[in-house]
Amino acid sequence: MAKTYKKPEALSDQHTHYCPGCTHGVIHRLVAEVIDELGIRGRTVGIAPVGCAVLAYNYFTFDFQEAAHGRAPAVATGIKRVRPDLIVFTYQGDGDLASIGMGEIIHAANRGEKFTTIFVNNTVYGMTGGQMAPTTLPGQRTTTSPAGRDVEDVGMPFKIAELISGLQTPAYISRQTVLKPKYIVRGKKAIKKAFQYQMEGRCFSLVEFVSTCPTNWGMTPVESIQWAEENMLPYYQLGEFKTPE
Amino acid sequence: MLKQIEGSHAVAEVVAKCRPNVISAYPITPQTHIVEELANIVGQGKLDAEYVNVESEFSAASVVLGASAAGARAYSATTSQGLLLMSEVIYCIAGMRLPIVFTIANRAISAPLSIWNDQQDSMALRDSGWIQLHAEDNQEAADLHIQAFKIAEETNLPIMVCMDGFILTHAFEPVDTPDQKEVDNFLPPFRPTNIVDPRWPRGIGLFADPRFYMETRYILHRAMEKSEETIKKVSEDFKKAFGRDSGGFIKTYKLEAADVVIISMGSVVGTIKDLIDQLEEEGKKVGLLQICSYRPFPRKEIYNTLKDKMNIVVVEKSISLGRGGILASDVRWSFPRAEKKDRNISSFIAGLGGRNITKNDLRYMVEKVEKEPVELEFLGLNKELISEKDL
Ligand SMILES: Cc1ncc(C[n+]2csc(CCOP(=O)(O)OP(=O)(O)O)c2C)c(N)n1
Ligand code: SF4
Repeated sequence: MAKTYKKPEALSDQHTHYCPGCTHGVIHRLVAEVIDELGIRGRTVGIAPVGCAVLAYNYFTFDFQEAAHGRAPAVATGIKRVRPDLIVFTYQGDGDLASIGMGEIIHAANRGEKFTTIFVNNTVYGMTGGQMAPTTLPGQRTTTSPAGRDVEDVGMPFKIAELISGLQTPAYISRQTVLKPKYIVRGKKAIKKAFQYQMEGRCFSLVEFVSTCPTNWGMTPVESIQWAEENMLPYYQLGEFKTPE
Repeated sequence: MLKQIEGSHAVAEVVAKCRPNVISAYPITPQTHIVEELANIVGQGKLDAEYVNVESEFSAASVVLGASAAGARAYSATTSQGLLLMSEVIYCIAGMRLPIVFTIANRAISAPLSIWNDQQDSMALRDSGWIQLHAEDNQEAADLHIQAFKIAEETNLPIMVCMDGFILTHAFEPVDTPDQKEVDNFLPPFRPTNIVDPRWPRGIGLFADPRFYMETRYILHRAMEKSEETIKKVSEDFKKAFGRDSGGFIKTYKLEAADVVIISMGSVVGTIKDLIDQLEEEGKKVGLLQICSYRPFPRKEIYNTLKDKMNIVVVEKSISLGRGGILASDVRWSFPRAEKKDRNISSFIAGLGGRNITKNDLRYMVEKVEKEPVELEFLGLNKELISEKDL
């Protein structure tokens, strides 16, 4: 019988530490497939965030560099400026990118650094136990917003893709999700485009993923997917927000 | 009321009873349970305070700085990377003489990344002009917060209450959490003296050119030294009010007859006391000097208490790379150079990045210093993990 489906070379054999139903695993796989398809595994460097994906280096078969919480875009800048021939990407959660690292991502994007960012938006700080993030939805309960996010107090959730698209510097900015197979196909295309723009030396590229955190949302994987579709997708609209053309 | 409770929750409960007006923090393991519980207490309306969720520790420290400068009783909690990220503001808070209280859930520092306990984080900020109090157990961690607000507000100095991450923060122990009235009786409402208020125009933390800067540091240094009296007085008052011996400057255990004296701070002190009891049964006289206030440093107490002790060993969870034990240096400096040249002060580094410190490790340490002084040794080092080319 012919083999129709195999694990990408860019993914290692390690079992991940991600919770059942967590979208980090699917997004890892898409990144790995794209890296295989573009034949860039030998010259790719990932920057691991501080967040649940802190151990991402265990799951890929190429080099990784750890950064302090939120500083991945600055570290990526350093690497890419020294080795423009390498394909450099950061993999960051909403706490890492939109909270403590907001300054780094905005400025790296504004400078037009030629690396790629995979941004996993699951509305909470997953690793530290589900505290409120800048992307937590209005009224959403978390351990630090036990009565629900009060927008009067902390403002509306950040729409990162739109925010960065608002910069004047050319970039590729897209928001996708992996909640259903049809979305997964589109999500992979966006990752591929993002890496291709980098390979062409064109621009900064970022793909945001509307994601889940069943563990900290207190839901089953299936419930979390439904919840994300019903609550996140209307606010975090999918699509391509900016291309360098 | 005595109850079985997680260390973090005991601290949160007690902090809430100190009625802070403003709390601001950014979550970081192993501090999270403290701030989550405080968010909960505020959310349930049990504490009338501003709980400000911010985007980083850098902002959290700045928010409490501003709040305190506006006259609020302000609190935050952090650890490790978070504390280091705050460090610029940490120095400012001290320089501005703002009596803010922090909990530090002591944790190791990157790289390599570690979420486990040691005390390198607060050590890295020992020179910032903050009082640093170290808790031995969760009862003391809780009690120290009540004392800390009082000491801070009487001295206009900020305070870090240090408790070992996980070992204390995540441990369930019986803790007597006082009721609101008891805390109110002990801790009067904050009467700030050093605030921005248009009624009494003033600037806080402004520019000081070379004619003035040194004097501000001198005054701060003297204030730190003088806070010794307040720390002692508040801990004595606390004992009278609550019937518990918590805090203070130093504590000792079976010291008088001891041939070997161990000096340490934080939760490992419990293990050390167990070992001392065991060794006593075996006929060995070992004693303990526990550092409760690391800054200001109890130099005189150490000297006066240990004048006649010739074999001292310091065991600590931090290191000044390229120099050696930090606490050990402080202890060595507590004795005049010329005096008793044959006094041995050995230095052991232990428990870095959460490595367990067992009674057996400590027994080995005692047996070693009984034979000869030790300049510097890493306790429990696994030499198999280190190859020649690493060195
Ligand atoms: C300076 C600093 N502050 C706080 C932390 C604690 N911390 C670790 S991960 C994390 C949040 C991660 O959340 P997110 O980026 O959303 O990723 P997720 O875990 O949800 O994938 C925090 C606050 C840290 N490591 N360093
Ligand atoms: S805590 Fe949330 S984000 Fe982290 S692995 Fe589990 S489900 Fe995923």
